[in-house]
Amino acid sequence: MTIRDPLAPESAPAESAGAVAVQKPPGPGGPPARPGRLRGRSKGHQVTWRQALRKDWRLYTFLVLPVVFLIIFRYVPMLGNVIAFRRFRPGGSMFGDEWVGLYYVEMFINDPTFWRVFTNTLILGGLTLIIVFPLPVILALLLNELRSRKFKRFVQTVTYLPHFMSIVIVAGVVLQLTSLNGTINQILAGVGMDQISFMQDPSWFRPIYVSSEIWQTVGWGTILYLAALTTIDDQLYEAARIDGANRWSQTWHITLPGIRPTMVVLLILNIGQFMAVGFEKILLLYNPLIYSTADVISTYLYRVGIQSGSYSYSTAIGLFEALIGLTLVLSANAISRRVVGSSLW
Amino acid sequence: MVTTDPIQASPDLAAVRRSSTTVKDTRGYKAFSAANIVVLTIICGLTLYPFVNLVAKAFSSEGFIVSGQVNLIPRGFNTTTFLAVMSDDMFWINYKNTVVYTVVATAIAIALTTTFAYAISRTYLKGRQFFIGLAVFTMFFNGGLIPNYLLINELGFKNTIWAIVVPNAISVFNLLIMKSFFENFPTELEEAAAIDGLSTYGVFFRIVIPLSKAVLATMILFYAVAFWNSWFSAFLYLDRAELYPVTVYLRNLLAAATGTEGLGSDGAQIAANVQSVTMVLTVLPIICLYPFIQKYFVSGVMLGSVKG
Repeated sequence: MTIRDPLAPESAPAESAGAVAVQKPPGPGGPPARPGRLRGRSKGHQVTWRQALRKDWRLYTFLVLPVVFLIIFRYVPMLGNVIAFRRFRPGGSMFGDEWVGLYYVEMFINDPTFWRVFTNTLILGGLTLIIVFPLPVILALLLNELRSRKFKRFVQTVTYLPHFMSIVIVAGVVLQLTSLNGTINQILAGVGMDQISFMQDPSWFRPIYVSSEIWQTVGWGTILYLAALTTIDDQLYEAARIDGANRWSQTWHITLPGIRPTMVVLLILNIGQFMAVGFEKILLLYNPLIYSTADVISTYLYRVGIQSGSYSYSTAIGLFEALIGLTLVLSANAISRRVVGSSLW
Repeated sequence: MVTTDPIQASPDLAAVRRSSTTVKDTRGYKAFSAANIVVLTIICGLTLYPFVNLVAKAFSSEGFIVSGQVNLIPRGFNTTTFLAVMSDDMFWINYKNTVVYTVVATAIAIALTTTFAYAISRTYLKGRQFFIGLAVFTMFFNGGLIPNYLLINELGFKNTIWAIVVPNAISVFNLLIMKSFFENFPTELEEAAAIDGLSTYGVFFRIVIPLSKAVLATMILFYAVAFWNSWFSAFLYLDRAELYPVTVYLRNLLAAATGTEGLGSDGAQIAANVQSVTMVLTVLPIICLYPFIQKYFVSGVMLGSVKG
């Protein structure tokens, strides 16, 4: 995976070795257009910042705007999280005015609503992970068994489509299908059952949410698995067939292990998103009648923060959520490196 | 179930496995293949159904929708709802906003992502790992809703186009895709260009960019579709209806029909075909482009993954 590459310390020496090998000074024929750069590179890592800036300053100018962007729009808000521990005065500094310690942390720990949305977050995140995550693997395996390339491409085209829809459209579709005159109630009426007001009944929110996730993400989720499937060596299948393995055991013992690294990486990435479950979608779908199952941490802090203006309190909640997310992804990565041997970094 | 293929001794086994004619399948596998086709056909049907339903409702008259009779084909076919929605000036103002936001945001995003990706793809760049880490870290930890909101206020971006087009300019995922593309770029070309006296700028604008059209097209599509579909920043930072993109226009329609005030189901039913028409018009450009852009998306995602 891409993401593993940049941070893998073991890959760095190999890369620079390659660079050195390729970028030998071009001999007497070529004019020494950039002698500094070539000399510096052949020395490997011994370049000081001063030398690096002098010979590659043009390249560093490429970095100026993006780095300024990252600092202002990514890292300043991270620092802005200090208002979780400081009182914020409207019109005052975005970093707050005076320290209040763990006042807001205690506040949410003693807030029963917080624990309700915390539980909802865990349940929705868990359901998504357990139900939605394995489905692209299964769909990819089914697609892989298709003989007709045309039909395969057709299925791919159709199932990728929902991925390109705005979340607002998805919410609109869900609301229409589950409305009293929508298709699901038409089917219920057709088999002689009573109509259900799905979006006003808390017990239906979780199934509806998970189904809409399946509809929107499973097809697109197969892409990386299909790519991984094409890299599995055909000789493995031959050997297995000579040993008398049937299709099922070929799938179990060759195909699945072949896509395991992809599964692990995607699992870790999904765990990283665990706490942020479908914020935008839930915000569009829910209503006060179904808060008891639909309200999650991110939607709660949106209401507390943006709608009620309790900035510090909701920042404390947001920081807590983000820290759990970070911890989850780091531990998932560490565990998978130790147990499975593949990891993001 | 053990397969005893007659072609086991064939020397050309690699080709055999994928070809359908030479391998003799077991009966079980044949049954599986048939079931597989049926299952995948059903999956396609279920995936497409909501879209078909949407179009059917868009062309149906209210009465049939309210009584729950519209599913696959329009009932009481008419185009008056289309005309009604399209005669709303605010719809067109918001539609135009979406176009403007998408174009400007994509331009900014492409400029920042391309230059950043190129710089961090050069292995001789000192501090390369630091700059990569600076970007990758933001994938896993971010400032959160409120600090971002306060920042946008502080910068005076509220109720301006900048709140929409600037804060999401670098997607780290896209950045890494471009980076791995540039890393695979043949260094000999750039070396030769440098020897011919081109500076880094010259190499970048006259050699690298012209040879990266395919990946640039992919990136433009990635960003453009994301910005076209986005609604939350606009919802959060824009208060005036004439600044909304069409997604927020649609969101407000949905909220009016199903939100707290609309729980009496009147609102929902009155708006059903108007909602459908607005949704159809919003997704129309994407659906029309979809057959052509899909392969770029797929190749972009593949590009990001081949490194592993």
